[in-house]
Amino acid sequence: MTQNRSWIPYLLILPTVVFLGLLFVVPLIQTLWLAVSDNGVPSLANMQTMVRDINFGRSILNTFLLTLAVVPIQIAMALAMGSMVSKVNGGRETILWIWTIPLGISDLAAGMVWLSILQNTGYLNTLLFSMGLIERQTAWLTYQTPVALFVGIAIAEIWRGTAIVMIIIVAGLNQVPKEFKEAAEIFGASPWTRFTRITLPLIRPALQSALILRTVLAFEVFAVVYALGGRNFPVLVGEAYNWQNQNQNYSVAAAYAVLIMVISLAATLFYLKVIKVDPERLP
Amino acid sequence: MKRLLSIAFLASTAIGFAGQAQSQTVFLSTQLRPIEEATAVREELLSGLERPVDYVVEEPPQFAVRMEAERQAGRHTISLVGALHGELSPLADKQMLEPLDDLAKKLVSAGMPQSLLDLGKLGKAEQQYIPWMQATYVMAANKDALQYLPEGADINKLDYDQLIAWGKKMEEATGAPQIGFPAGPKGLMARYFQGYFYPSFTGGVVRTFKNPDAVAGWEKLRELWTVVAPTSTNYDFMQEPLASGEVMVAWDHVARLKNAISASPDQYVVFPAPAGPKGRGYMPVVAGLAIPKGAPDKANATAIIEHLATPQVQLKTASLVGFFPTLNVQLPPDLDPGVALLAGAVTATQSAPDAMISLLPVGLGDKGGEFNKVYMDAFQRIILQNEPIDAVLKAQGETLTKLMADTKAPCWAPDAKSDGACQVE
Repeated sequence: MTQNRSWIPYLLILPTVVFLGLLFVVPLIQTLWLAVSDNGVPSLANMQTMVRDINFGRSILNTFLLTLAVVPIQIAMALAMGSMVSKVNGGRETILWIWTIPLGISDLAAGMVWLSILQNTGYLNTLLFSMGLIERQTAWLTYQTPVALFVGIAIAEIWRGTAIVMIIIVAGLNQVPKEFKEAAEIFGASPWTRFTRITLPLIRPALQSALILRTVLAFEVFAVVYALGGRNFPVLVGEAYNWQNQNQNYSVAAAYAVLIMVISLAATLFYLKVIKVDPERLP
Repeated sequence: MKRLLSIAFLASTAIGFAGQAQSQTVFLSTQLRPIEEATAVREELLSGLERPVDYVVEEPPQFAVRMEAERQAGRHTISLVGALHGELSPLADKQMLEPLDDLAKKLVSAGMPQSLLDLGKLGKAEQQYIPWMQATYVMAANKDALQYLPEGADINKLDYDQLIAWGKKMEEATGAPQIGFPAGPKGLMARYFQGYFYPSFTGGVVRTFKNPDAVAGWEKLRELWTVVAPTSTNYDFMQEPLASGEVMVAWDHVARLKNAISASPDQYVVFPAPAGPKGRGYMPVVAGLAIPKGAPDKANATAIIEHLATPQVQLKTASLVGFFPTLNVQLPPDLDPGVALLAGAVTATQSAPDAMISLLPVGLGDKGGEFNKVYMDAFQRIILQNEPIDAVLKAQGETLTKLMADTKAPCWAPDAKSDGACQVE
C-alpha cells in the first residue's frame, strides 16, 4: 500500500517547489543576465559602472564595518539575555515578550523611531539640553560627524535585530539537558567554565543558524540606514536601490544585487566551515 | 448550500469590480500624490465631468515600471497620465504617447503660450503632452533672519556674495549655520545645479560643465557651504526644517515649501534665488497630461484634459495645491496667502532683468536619473569630500560627455544650440 504511494511526498512538496521556482529561480536568472549583459549582449559594462562609481568603495566598507560591529555585539547580547532568562522562573514569558517587541516592527519604522530620537529636534537633544549638556541643537547624523552617525546606525540596528538572534539562542539553550550542568556543578565547575565547556558547545547548531541568519541580514541592511544616514552613509543595498529608483538603471542595480548575493553566500559557507556541527546533532 | 452562496457572492463582487473598472476612466499621476492633494483632485478639480474618473497616483519609478509593463503586455488600463516633463520624455522616446496636435491648437487660441506648448513636443514633430501645471524653485526665509541681511542688499536681487555674507552673519548671531538645501536622498538638489548654479555661474549647463567659470562657481559654492547647515544632506523637503526652525533660509521647489509658508504666511518672506556673474538662473517645472497609445477611453481622456485646462480649474488648482496655471490667467486676489507669497517670488524671478531661463532637458529618455547623478556626484566629491575641483570636473565631464553621446540629446537653453549631441567643452 505504502509503496504504491511513493509519489505522494513529491506531490505534497510540488506546490512549494513550483512557487519558489517561479518566484525565485526565474527572477534570479533574469537578474544575473541583467547584470552581465548590455543590450542583450554579454558584457561587463554594468560591473565596471558599479565598481567605478564613487559610492562603491564606501558602500562596501560601510556594509562590512556595520556587520563587523553589529553581529558580534548582538550574539554576545543574545547569549547573555538567553542565559539570564533561563534562570528566571516567574514572568519568563513576559520578559521574552518584551525583548522581542522590536521584531514586530518593520525596518523602516525602526529607522523612523531612531530618527525621531537622534535628529536635530529629536528626543536625545531635548534630553541633553534639559540637562544643560548642550547649548543648542546638535547635529549627530551628518557627513561631518561620521563617528556619531555610525554609532547611531549601529545602535539602531542592534536594537532592531538582537531579538531574532535571541529567539534562536533561547531555543538552543532550552535543548541543553539540565543534567549536564548539574553534574558539572557537583564537580565544582565555575559558572564561566560551565558556560564555555557545556553550554556553548551544545548550542553550536543554534549559534550557527543565528550567525548565518544575522550576518546575511546585516549584509542586506537598508531601511534603518536609509532613514538615519540617507546620502551620508551609503551601503550596498542602498546603492542598488538608488540605481534602480533614482538613476533608473536596472542593470547596475542588478549588478549590486548579484554582488550582495555572492557576499551572503560566501558568509554562509564561511560559517558552515568554521562552526562545525556534529552531524548527529542536526535536526 | 452555504458554499454555493459564498461562491455566488464572490462571483458577483468580481463582476461588480470588472464592471466598475470599465465604466471609469483611469487617470494615473505622479503629481499631487499626498492624500490632501489627491483628495482635492478627486473632489474638486475633477468634479463636474460627465463620466467618473478614477484618479490613481504612483511614485515616479513605479510609474515608469507600470507604463512599461502595460506596453509590453499590450493590455492597457490607463487612459490618461499626468507626470513631469522629464518623466514623460522616456515614454515619448518609445513612441508610447498619442499625438495631441488638435488639442494643442485649441489651447493656443485659449491662451496657452506657444513656448510652453513647444516643451510638450519633447523635441518631436507632434505634440506629446499638454502642459498641465507649472512651478519653479524659490528661496524662503524666516522673517527673524532679515535683521542679519547685509546692508544695502535687496532681498529680491541677492547675489552669491550677499547670500554668503548673510549666512555668515546668521551663523555668528545664532551659533549655527542657518541656510538649508534639499540635498537629501529624495531632495531636488540636482535641479539646483542644472537650473540655478550652472546657469548663474557659467551661462550653460552641459557645454560649460568644466570650464573656468564652472571652477570659479564651485569655489564660490565651497565658500557658501561653510554657512550651510550640514544636515542639508538629510533634507528632502525644506518645509520641514523651515517650520521646525532648524534653518532660517532655504531653497526648494514651491510645492515643497508650501506647507510651511501656508501654515504661517506672516512669518516668511519668499524671494528669487541669488544671481551669479552670468545672471539669475531659474528653471521652470512643467507637469503635463498625455494619452498613452492604446488607451481604452481616449474620448473621455481628451475631455478631462480640456476640463483641467479651463481657466477656472487652472486657478482652482493654483489655490488648492500651489502649482501655477499654464494658461495666461491672472491669479485671483483671494488666493491662499502662502500661495500668493510663492507666486510673488515666481513673478519676481521671471521678471528680474538678469533672469536666465534654464529649460528642462529634452531627449535624455530614461537617462534623466544618471544625468542628475553627474551633478550630484560632482557635488559630493567637491563639496562634501573636498576633492580638487579640476580633477572632479574632468572625470564627471567625461561621464557627462558619454551620457550625452549615448542619448544623442541636443543642447537646450541656456546652452547654445548644437548640431548633434550636446557635448562638454
